[in-house]
Amino acid sequence: MDRKGDGKMELKRRDFLRVAALAAGGAAFLGRPADALASPDLSGWPDRAGMLTDLTECVGCRTCESACNAANGLPAPDVPFDEKSVFDRKRRPTASAYTVVNRYEAKGSANPVYRKVQCNHCEEPSCAAACPVRAYTKTPEGPVLYDKDVCFGCRYCMVACPFYAPAYDYESALEPRVVKCTMCHGRIRAGGIPACAGSCPVGAITFGKRKELLKIARDRIRRFPDRYVEQVYGEYEAGGTGWLYLSGVPFPQLDFPDNLPKKPIVENTKGFLSAVPLVFTLWPALLGLCYAANGNKEEKG
Amino acid sequence: MNDNTIAKAETYPARIAGKLTMGMPLSEYARGLVTPFNVVCAVILSVGLPLIGLRFLRGLATVTHASNEYPWSILLGWGLFSGVPLSATGYVMATAVYIFGFRKYHPLVRLGVLTGFMGYLFAVIYLLIDIGRPWRIYYPMAVSYGPTSVLFLVAWHVSTYLTVQLLEFSPAILEWLNARRTRKWAILITVAMTIAGVILSTLHQSALGALFLMAPGKLHPLWYSAFIPVFFFISSIYAGLCMVIAVSTVASKYLKDKADESFLGSLDGLTVGLGKAACVGMFVYFTLRIIGVAHEDQWALLSTRYGGWFLVEVLLFVLVPFLVLTAGVKRGSARIVRFGAFHALAGVILTRLNISILMFNWNLPGHFQAIVPPLREVFIVLSIIVLHILIFRWILNRMPVLREDPAYPDSH
Ligand code: SF4
Ligand code: SF4
Repeated sequence: MDRKGDGKMELKRRDFLRVAALAAGGAAFLGRPADALASPDLSGWPDRAGMLTDLTECVGCRTCESACNAANGLPAPDVPFDEKSVFDRKRRPTASAYTVVNRYEAKGSANPVYRKVQCNHCEEPSCAAACPVRAYTKTPEGPVLYDKDVCFGCRYCMVACPFYAPAYDYESALEPRVVKCTMCHGRIRAGGIPACAGSCPVGAITFGKRKELLKIARDRIRRFPDRYVEQVYGEYEAGGTGWLYLSGVPFPQLDFPDNLPKKPIVENTKGFLSAVPLVFTLWPALLGLCYAANGNKEEKG
Repeated sequence: MNDNTIAKAETYPARIAGKLTMGMPLSEYARGLVTPFNVVCAVILSVGLPLIGLRFLRGLATVTHASNEYPWSILLGWGLFSGVPLSATGYVMATAVYIFGFRKYHPLVRLGVLTGFMGYLFAVIYLLIDIGRPWRIYYPMAVSYGPTSVLFLVAWHVSTYLTVQLLEFSPAILEWLNARRTRKWAILITVAMTIAGVILSTLHQSALGALFLMAPGKLHPLWYSAFIPVFFFISSIYAGLCMVIAVSTVASKYLKDKADESFLGSLDGLTVGLGKAACVGMFVYFTLRIIGVAHEDQWALLSTRYGGWFLVEVLLFVLVPFLVLTAGVKRGSARIVRFGAFHALAGVILTRLNISILMFNWNLPGHFQAIVPPLREVFIVLSIIVLHILIFRWILNRMPVLREDPAYPDSH
């Protein structure tokens, strides 16, 4: 019995070493993402495109909604695009509308304020950092794209997006997709501009290089200080977004989240993810020591 | 062992049949199935299972409250976020016995490992119902890697840990099947599996909390904390310990005839011991939660409505059960410890539901209407719980979990 016990111990020990080796391998594998995260490189694509929406110009005509619908071949809306009654309640992008315009009776403004909502095409998108199958890509051109062919529908991207942008096809039983604005990536690649920007009759949406847009926005604030609040929404929020907003009333009044960190949200998980390799290397050692220390006791006990 | 003697004389299929009906003739076995409890289960299943079918015919929208603002409903809030900490039983028991060498807890190891395995298995079942394309569930492991994602980590760990736990439990299955040789190998890898299990659990228990680090604007500031991963980890330890107390209590009550003397006889003493360990965990957890508030300087928030709810969670569902457990341990009363354990478990479930559902998007208009689950979803959850219990009981009835198989004296 004793002999047999020893033999068993031997084998157990050897197995333990093997696991430790495996774990170290795992750490190496998991170490990569943490390293990749540690140095987010934004400098690679200095000419990324963006959009500037000037909410003081927007008249709530919903032409952009209709242009978006046509450009993306989306199903006809429940309420026609020239119908004003949609403003009676707040809407959000859905599986059949990449963008929506909402109306606000804002304090300090005689006229109603209209706000266009869509994916903001973040500089460091939370949706992309959150997706376990990397269904999102921040393209060199600027738009953040979603790939339905790898998505398995966990909806963590929706939990992580601070702007409530991605919608989900809850009605579809077997092939649901996440749906969101693509900033008309195809058109941009072909040298065109996004449908909404092209259709706006009052020029409330400007398409261009993000850094140029920031200049334009700051310039407008400087020239018309009475017209705008002093903030370009999207310049810093959640690490900055491709979509920028100018407004005449404080942004929180228009349901823009005002509690977001300035740095990319993915930074919050960086510490955690980089602790992973540590656990993978330290734990086997510590537990192994404990086991070795108690091993004799165990055999006797 | 009765099984054995009958089995030897019979053919192979009959032997298997005998295993399944626990050696009873089929008619007798069937008659034994008609009990009030089983009837209630059957009723719930007859409503819930078709509803699960409906989800695959008409989409999630017809059965859950999940929406564009609230992507995760109680299917995950309960099935994954509450289910996984309650399944920490496997790693806490295996660590205590195999790593720290507390041999006297041996009679509870198999129960702990089985509870953990079943818990993870069912967490995956909830997931399969919830995710859009369940047949792609292996994608993070084989098709497209998203290593910046905490969920990627969770996916890897839950799947590997599920395998690890199955291996940890396999000796019991192999004993039941009389597969002596295979069993010998299964026993040999126990320690390796235990260590692998502890690493994996440490990481994914905390990773479940880390998932919410990506939602700083959405989770109420009293619940959002840089410490969430630590909170989730520490609470999983005492959740696991209390769950072992709870499950062994129920099993010793309703499946007495399937347990042996070493299990029943030592249970009270072991319960108090587990309670003691849980106390330590709860104390650390309670202190950390308070430090959490201090760290982010959120004292002012405590006087709001949500602050009240926070205090309910932390005082009534962490501090009070901690005190009950302490009292039970001091007096050496297994009865009081059991009360404390059930109370603490309710607290763990409450915390997880708070973070994943109740306090998520707390600032959206119409929040509380939006999170009420429809009756259909409640029935789906109930029927999965029923299945969970039935399968658990099925295994306890047959395999040597609450008892040692006399044919394997050197066993667990
Ligand atoms: S707004 Fe949301 S969906 Fe769009 S890129 Fe940013 S995180 Fe992703
Ligand atoms: S729902 Fe799809 S795109 Fe979103 S995180 Fe999950 S797998 Fe990725």
